[in-house]
Amino acid sequence: MNKNNGISFKNTRFVVACFTIVLLIAVLISLTMGYLHIPIGQILHIVSERLAGSAPSTHQMADTFRAVIFDVRLPRILTCVAVGGALSVSGVLFQGILLNPLADPYTLGVSAGAAFGASVAILLNLSATFVSIPLFAFIGACATLFFVVFLSYSSKQNAAGLSSNNLILSGIIVAAILSAGISFLKFVANEQVSVIIFWLMGSFASKTWGNFWTVLIFLGLGTGIALFYARDLNLISLGNRAASSLGVNLKRITLILLITGSMLAAISVSISGIIGFVGLLVPHMIRFLTGPDNRRLIPVSLLAGAILLLAADTITRAVLPHEIPIGILTALTGGPVFCWIFKKSRMR
Amino acid sequence: MNIRLKDICFSYEDAPILAQINCTLKSGLFHAVLGPNGSGKTTLLDIISGFKPPTRGEVYLDQTKLSGISRRKISQAVSLVSQDYTINFPFSVYEVILMGRHPFIDRFSRPSSADMDLAERALGLTGLHALKDRKVTELSGGEKQRCVFARALCQDSPVLLLDEAFSNMDISHTIQLLSLIKNEVETRGKTVIAVLHDLNLAAAWADHILFLKSGHITKLGPTSEVFTSENIRSVFDIDVRVEYNDYVKTKQAYFRKSEHA
Repeated sequence: MNKNNGISFKNTRFVVACFTIVLLIAVLISLTMGYLHIPIGQILHIVSERLAGSAPSTHQMADTFRAVIFDVRLPRILTCVAVGGALSVSGVLFQGILLNPLADPYTLGVSAGAAFGASVAILLNLSATFVSIPLFAFIGACATLFFVVFLSYSSKQNAAGLSSNNLILSGIIVAAILSAGISFLKFVANEQVSVIIFWLMGSFASKTWGNFWTVLIFLGLGTGIALFYARDLNLISLGNRAASSLGVNLKRITLILLITGSMLAAISVSISGIIGFVGLLVPHMIRFLTGPDNRRLIPVSLLAGAILLLAADTITRAVLPHEIPIGILTALTGGPVFCWIFKKSRMR
Repeated sequence: MNIRLKDICFSYEDAPILAQINCTLKSGLFHAVLGPNGSGKTTLLDIISGFKPPTRGEVYLDQTKLSGISRRKISQAVSLVSQDYTINFPFSVYEVILMGRHPFIDRFSRPSSADMDLAERALGLTGLHALKDRKVTELSGGEKQRCVFARALCQDSPVLLLDEAFSNMDISHTIQLLSLIKNEVETRGKTVIAVLHDLNLAAAWADHILFLKSGHITKLGPTSEVFTSENIRSVFDIDVRVEYNDYVKTKQAYFRKSEHA
């Protein structure tokens, strides 16, 4: 038995290492692709030059490549990678807390809140200033989360204060109200309606290093917290009483993980708009690979989500003749894949 | 480990569930809790396991106040097999059983060989060896219940609470596990508190019986003294005859169809 368990732990490291390598390769390949093809040798050369801090060669072509890599492609690619990871970790957390493999980062209405916040910002014509839309989206997402938690919280039930049914129900109610609100905003928005619609569909176009660092900080923090409580999240799946009898402080941990998951979703939405199905699909697929143990599921899902979203973004950026919003691409491809997985797991 | 309940009251808003519970449940005894639906049996276990804090009163584990120690400390002393044995994600049987050791394993440590030995022992005792690598979501109701039971055994705490832990098991597994617990009680001085619905199993295995009705303890004492037709009739409102049975070698209760029906 000793052996068996040892292997599963080593296995995790191996899987994580593999996914990390695949991610690095994916980033490199994605860097080469686009309107201007940059050979992979050039990329390695320019990147290692920058990392080593040596004086850049003053070749004309190298200057262009450098600008394309560091000012355009790399911030976009890395933001996309970080958002993919954040959405997946968020998905794992929501599925774990809500005891429902069909939950996703948007189940509690976080996306609707973010969309509402962004729509308000666009309507008030704040889009000229750089931070407003993401900031409004983030505030909208957080306000929604706290309202949903407030709705589902009952002081009577002490230990099980936040039941998953209550949370899901409150989330659906609040999201429905907010989407009506968004429709209303679109209705009164006149010429800005297309801006709202485009924002809602998500995009990584013209992302900056600032965007990347913002997501990365939240991702690092969120993943740290998620891994810290991963074991408690496992126990929660045994049911409230059982988890409690195994030493889990249900109320506190549910709240902490709920906020963590929502923050990850909120920051993602506020940076890149609403990108569906990543948070739902990735943990679902990775569970087949690693099993349901969150200590393995969280890191592997993070990497897989990053790879998947990067692939999707590279397709819309460099492969398709015309860039389409990534939210549409993930929904159009992720949706059918999910249907297939769902049907297959039902048949067994 | 002795459990003392002092002036325990529990209520939802105005609806009292438990009222003025005072009793001591002693180490080395198998206690059965008997009572009709809604009499507060599960709430009683919730209060002893610290899942719900009492509205008033205090629970003592030996001399320690339950309200004064952390969840983790409680879980090292008290294990619980609850009525609800659904597990939402496809963990393997072995993984679920090993979760019983979590109160004793540090957050980022791996289970020690002693932890794994206990898990193996629990697998063996509950006859789940063959199902060890199966996903719990694929098990039958009774098998799931055995798996959850094995997890509590693996926790190996001095107090074991069972809330209808046998409700979906066949009679052979029920008897096997009851004997197993009885053995743990006798040889290792555990305190067992089991909510049971089968009066005759309770009579055969329990050392002490606690009758609960509408949130009050109506009787608590050694089985031979309190397992009487008067007590059962007053708690469950049924016609019953209690007689010594040669085969079981203890008192058993007999029921019959109501003649007015």
